[in-house]
Amino acid sequence: MPETGQTLFGFMREQAGPLFHQLLAHIGLTFISLLLAVGIGVPAGILIARRKSFAGAVLGFTGVLQTIPSIALLGFLIPVLGIGPKPAIFALFLYALLPIVRNTYTGITQVDPTVREAATAMGLGSWQILVRVELPLAMPVILAGIRTATVINVGVATLAAYIAAGGLGEFIFGGIALNNTNMILAGAIPAALLAITLDAFLSVIQRLRFRNLRRALWLMPVILVILSSFYLLPDLSGNRMLAGFTPEFMGRQDGYLGLKKVYHLDIRSVVISDAVMYKAAYDGQLDVISGYSTDGRIRAFDLVTLTDDRGIFPPYYVAPVVREEVLQRHPGLEKVLNELAGRINDSVMTALNYRVDVLKERPEKVARDFLVEQSLYKEPRQPGREVIRLGSKIFGEQYILIDLYAMLIRGNTDLSVETKTGLGGTQICFNALQNDQIDLYPEYTGTALLVILQANDSLVSRLHQDERQIYDYVATTFSTRYHLRWLKPIGFNNSYALMMRRATAARDGIRSISDLKNFLEKK
Amino acid sequence: MIQVENVVKSFGSRLVVDHISFHVREGETAVLLGPSGSGKSTTLRMINRLVPMDAGRISVEGNDVTRVPGKDLRRRMGYVLQHYGLFPHFTVAENIAVVPGLLNWPKDRIAARTRELLQQLHLDEEYLPRYPHELSGGQQQRVGLARAMAADPPVLLMDEPFGALDTVTRSHIVREFSQMEIRKKKTIVLVTHDIAEAFQLGDVILLMNQGKIVQAGRPAELLFRPADDFVTSFFAEKRLELEMGTVRIADIRPYLPPQADGQPPGRWDESRSVWQALQFLSDRRPEDASEGAPAPISYHALLNAFDAYKRDYHA
Repeated sequence: MPETGQTLFGFMREQAGPLFHQLLAHIGLTFISLLLAVGIGVPAGILIARRKSFAGAVLGFTGVLQTIPSIALLGFLIPVLGIGPKPAIFALFLYALLPIVRNTYTGITQVDPTVREAATAMGLGSWQILVRVELPLAMPVILAGIRTATVINVGVATLAAYIAAGGLGEFIFGGIALNNTNMILAGAIPAALLAITLDAFLSVIQRLRFRNLRRALWLMPVILVILSSFYLLPDLSGNRMLAGFTPEFMGRQDGYLGLKKVYHLDIRSVVISDAVMYKAAYDGQLDVISGYSTDGRIRAFDLVTLTDDRGIFPPYYVAPVVREEVLQRHPGLEKVLNELAGRINDSVMTALNYRVDVLKERPEKVARDFLVEQSLYKEPRQPGREVIRLGSKIFGEQYILIDLYAMLIRGNTDLSVETKTGLGGTQICFNALQNDQIDLYPEYTGTALLVILQANDSLVSRLHQDERQIYDYVATTFSTRYHLRWLKPIGFNNSYALMMRRATAARDGIRSISDLKNFLEKK
Repeated sequence: MIQVENVVKSFGSRLVVDHISFHVREGETAVLLGPSGSGKSTTLRMINRLVPMDAGRISVEGNDVTRVPGKDLRRRMGYVLQHYGLFPHFTVAENIAVVPGLLNWPKDRIAARTRELLQQLHLDEEYLPRYPHELSGGQQQRVGLARAMAADPPVLLMDEPFGALDTVTRSHIVREFSQMEIRKKKTIVLVTHDIAEAFQLGDVILLMNQGKIVQAGRPAELLFRPADDFVTSFFAEKRLELEMGTVRIADIRPYLPPQADGQPPGRWDESRSVWQALQFLSDRRPEDASEGAPAPISYHALLNAFDAYKRDYHA
């Protein structure tokens, strides 16, 4: 495992600026949604406490909202609200709703009926009873609900990083994708501290005596508004183009770091999940994205890739990486895996990806059709006891490749196949392979060079961006250093690339990354 | 002052109050007495419209209660509950000041009134900044009484006001309450199932059973001229105690032997009940006699006179 040797504290100090920025964004996201949830949840709770016939339906509805997995909820909201803060705030608002509505309802209904009767008998109107008797008596319970909602929101807000809404999640997901523990902790520790601090703060308010509580409650909305405004402050800067990059891209030399260092590209950027990135570019919510050159959605969403005129993206030729020990144990395996070598070029792979990414066909069906067409398909044999474990990263292309290999192995050998799809990032796949948890996965030469081997600048320039030289270097180093064998390349180059909408690029005359940089500087 | 005419109330299919009528005169205390479920609390709550009536008419101070806005109606009627109903988030002072506050009394007037009430209820002013949970049950009910009377309402409605207190505290508070100056001008309707309390506080007793008033009248009338077997049996258990507590020395004066005359009025108050007179005799120590003050009367003479009175009353 590559060890940068940097301490957590060192990382946090180096990243202090962005970290602080994302901490503010995180607090802002949490509190804007909380403010909305209090504004709507408390009146809703009062309403259902007054009209109990609605209570079951309202509590049931907010309860169901609570059970929707947060990532899925964000996904549902993208078609309606797009990406960025709006869907994130809305999702957090929905999650905060249940505890607030339920506790307001509970708090008010559990007010001693004798006290309510006394208030009525003394000639208080129903509004006076609510404001002077019911709400103050229910306040500790309502505050407990707000407290629960706050802690939930701090946690769920980390997921906002997947849909370009920022927050500490950018560090956490970037760190997971790059297997950078410091980066994960730099996001996770402040998030945890934030949750603990807010929880403790609210528990103090909750325990205040009635008299002091009244004063504190006047302060609450003020504090909420101030904290909410944190989110809006940092976003005012920057120029008018907006880029969306995946968490992994943000931390790679052949990614955002290279763009800054080699191109001096200064563009306002947000972190976003690659699952929604292409659509967001198509919808005009993002102007530039970090895509994969063989992705099927490039064609579907009419995007163009910008030429990498200063060469920060090396070739990314894909080949299966296998543990040498496995190849020795199963002598026929290498030949079977090499069946695909040279058979899939860029346009073929893009077409296959298109069927999965855009037409939503099952990767398994796409893989089978391809093998049948290439006359490579054989009916599965009776599987034996020996097992080959295949791993893949989380995207369509890798799923297709894994299904291709699985079918080849089943048709041509007596080995059983087990697939472990969904290893969320390069480092995770590589660690799984090294630790004998999988036997092979498809890897890209450029990624291996820069992410796994952490090649320095002089080495990269010595290899001249040459596909042959890079493959040879990577294959040799993997073999000697890790006892892992690179088999023959499949044939296509799935490069990282910057992409824009075709119309926008044409209008602004942008064909290369340098054009983009110049365009941005002119403005 | 309070006029109830043919009032009916059902909860679902259950008839709780069945065409009842009664009248409470100004300054009088009327006690709604009866077993649980007889409809007495519901009747009380219809007076300040906590419970709407199905049919009939109730007027207070000459006004039909259904034509006065609920808030205005209730601010002129103090209300005391069995479980106090104090606002737990208000201090004693704030609890007492609620209705005067609603009526926009100036602060110093509220403070003066609060002090007056505390004094009459034997509550120390140090309790003013305390919260209800810091007080004993008896103290809480005193605060409840003070709150109900704070704005000096002409009418006081009391729903089992002493029902949650222990026996000792209860008899203390009942006695204090019966002696309170500011109570005396008030028209009071009090609900209880405690017979002794009803007799001690009530000018008029309205005995209820199954939603109807079985008999209404002065305590002595219910005892000595029961309307039916229910009334007789309702008082059966404590009859002697009640009778002796109800009949006063003044009532039996004509039946007493002449040597009881001439006693100093301070010690031998004619407004005492027969029961109190017996207790007075029983408490006398031998030394009192040796000081030269003769026993005012013998047990025997007292009981004879009481018997004679009863005989004549029944006849």
